[in-house]
Amino acid sequence: MSTSLMNPSEAPSTVPPPRRARRFPGWLVGVLGVAGAVVLISTTSYLTDVPQLTSTGTVQTAVRLALPILLAGLGGLWAERAGVVNIGLEGMMIMGTWGAAWAGYQWGPWAALVSAAVFGALGGLLHAIATVTFGVNHIVSGVAINLLGAGLAKYLSTLIFFPLSHNPRESPAVPKFDTYSTPLLSDWLGDLESQQRVGLSDVAGILRGLVTGVSPLTMVAVLLVIGTYLVLWRTRFGLRLRSCGENPVAAESLGVNVYRYKYLAVLASGALAGIGGAALVLNPGQPGYLEGQTNGRGFIGLAAMIFGNWRPGGLLGGAALFGYADGLQLRSGGKTFLALVYGAVLLLGAIVVWQLVRRRWFAAAGGIVAAVVLYAVYYSVDEVPSELTTYAPHLVTLVVLAAASQRLRMPAADGLVYRRG
Amino acid sequence: MGILRGKLLPPVLAILFSALLCGVALVVSGANPLRAFGVMVSQVGEGTTAVDIVNSTGTYYIAALAVAIGFQMNLFNIGVEGQYRVAAVVAAVVGGSIALPPGVHTLVVILVAAVVGALWAAIPAVLKVTRGVNEVISTIMMNGLALGLAAYLIRSDVFGELRGNNIRTPEIPASGWMPGIPLGSSGTVFGFVFVAALLGIGYWVMMNRTRFGFELRASGESSTAATAGGVSAKKMVLIAMLLSGGIAGLVSMPEILGRDHTYSLNFPAGIGFSGIAIALLGRNHPGGIAFGALLWAFLDKSALALDNVGVPREIVTIMQGAIVLSVVVAYEVVRRFELAAQQRQVGKELGTVGAA
Repeated sequence: MSTSLMNPSEAPSTVPPPRRARRFPGWLVGVLGVAGAVVLISTTSYLTDVPQLTSTGTVQTAVRLALPILLAGLGGLWAERAGVVNIGLEGMMIMGTWGAAWAGYQWGPWAALVSAAVFGALGGLLHAIATVTFGVNHIVSGVAINLLGAGLAKYLSTLIFFPLSHNPRESPAVPKFDTYSTPLLSDWLGDLESQQRVGLSDVAGILRGLVTGVSPLTMVAVLLVIGTYLVLWRTRFGLRLRSCGENPVAAESLGVNVYRYKYLAVLASGALAGIGGAALVLNPGQPGYLEGQTNGRGFIGLAAMIFGNWRPGGLLGGAALFGYADGLQLRSGGKTFLALVYGAVLLLGAIVVWQLVRRRWFAAAGGIVAAVVLYAVYYSVDEVPSELTTYAPHLVTLVVLAAASQRLRMPAADGLVYRRG
Repeated sequence: MGILRGKLLPPVLAILFSALLCGVALVVSGANPLRAFGVMVSQVGEGTTAVDIVNSTGTYYIAALAVAIGFQMNLFNIGVEGQYRVAAVVAAVVGGSIALPPGVHTLVVILVAAVVGALWAAIPAVLKVTRGVNEVISTIMMNGLALGLAAYLIRSDVFGELRGNNIRTPEIPASGWMPGIPLGSSGTVFGFVFVAALLGIGYWVMMNRTRFGFELRASGESSTAATAGGVSAKKMVLIAMLLSGGIAGLVSMPEILGRDHTYSLNFPAGIGFSGIAIALLGRNHPGGIAFGALLWAFLDKSALALDNVGVPREIVTIMQGAIVLSVVVAYEVVRRFELAAQQRQVGKELGTVGAA
């Protein structure tokens, strides 16, 4: 943020700052993170005697619920990497749900995906016109698009779905994707899971959840994450797009058409948010479009992106965490959710040890206090009320922002209005 | 003329443009836009609609004032939505569980609402000044938490009670109500609507006639200049956010004190976001906001008549969204146009226009 206040006339130093070599490559951090998460969850599962934490069903539900968040977050990533803050994700997602249901009940799930992307991109186009061409404040435009998207979806669903479903808030049933499993692997993992061996069965349960009943939508989402990483970080196009989010003036001076890249990024952002909406409509647990279906998931997607420090890998982690918490609550209720609180205590314990090793006494003390408070909650409460668990992602995001806001690094020119010339 | 062009033209254009857009949408969907507009206008004279519009204007007005205070210093309080919700629940619970003489009881409920709203806003404010957390993100998260907290607090095993199909907080006894102005069959104007008007006057005085208001506006115009002038940016953020939250806490008061006397599951949602739109439409000016709130209330309440002519009433939500988006675009276009005109004039007076 403070960089935006820097005097632009300051002479840029020609000497590059000494390059600090990253100690670990990104993929290794990812692998370690996943391994750590699995160890943490299976330890929690063992200590609290709640096998549902790593059951196949939980993981499957978690994947389904993580998809909309992941896709919305990916939408946010595209826009913000090009320097446009997109609060309007929620509105674009709502338009996506309507578009998916409208095309889906007539022509099937693949058409639903395409239509959702188109409707979401329309919302993105509006955001781009307002913010890029007219220089309207990004937050203002986003809020307006949320209002507009919700209104449009309600109006269209009363107009078009009401005669078919006799309910203005609901679409006719939308056909879902067929799901695919890897039969031999699934069965073998199932055997392993039912043996209830410490650690091994947990890993088997999680893996089985990932390879059983996989929807093409999941594969599309995974491909989109990988594709986003490759396009934004490994191509010339991506470098230019990100340069618009870091320093648009410099980018323009090097011949990058900043307006065009911002338009493309925001359009892609809207399309991805729209597909996120389609992921809700095409979820096997849902009949089709329902009013209020997104329920703030666009905002959670934004939160997941911030949680992931504006990087695809981190976003994947954030979406997995939020989806997992959601899925656990949905599958097995507040009692199991409490086990997550226990897991958080364990995690805090590990962090405290790490801080002690690094001789950061203040941070360690803060961690101990938090851990004690959480443990008191775990000890004294029988189950977490379902009203509150729904909003666990919001709380986690606030805590992460409060604890790590100095380490998060958003694109330098994110949210600033850029005018050519 | 300059004032007229710069301040009044954009909203008028935006409203006309949005009406045109919605008209086209209606024609496309096979309805007659003129007839739809006609029934909306004639609906004002029907039953309690006129009074409903006045009451709803009061509610929207308070929400927009809360947003406008933040806007004055480029602070985006997206969290009005959550602040008024938490304040409404807590005020309803407190009001329903204490016994005080009339008047004092009402005051206590109002005070609790304002304090709770301010406290809920204090969390993002403190996060912003101590940890540098962007208030937009944190207030959005606080909105979600507010929804959860409100739903939890009115559970029948916490503070709520089950009445028929609805869960609600215990009813506030009559000593805690606020009298309104009964107008017979056309309804009752909530007493709190007048408090809302007073808030608007107070807002104007604070912004234009006090040192604090000046500092607030200065921080908004140029934070660096304000800092150089000895205004503590952190202090301003904190105070502005608390004030904004305190006023946001009052948003639910017209309905709770004047009609419902309880907070229930079907409490209206989205007033905070409407408040943002209205504050933008009214350019943070108390008069402009009043006009915007009236327009919003008219669109909301008259839309009921649209069902009679076979038009989905959600068309007004589209219209509201279109108004916000086009008004901000219009303000920006006019601003650029005036800037260019100014530059031309300066150029002409300096005699360099030919060279440029």
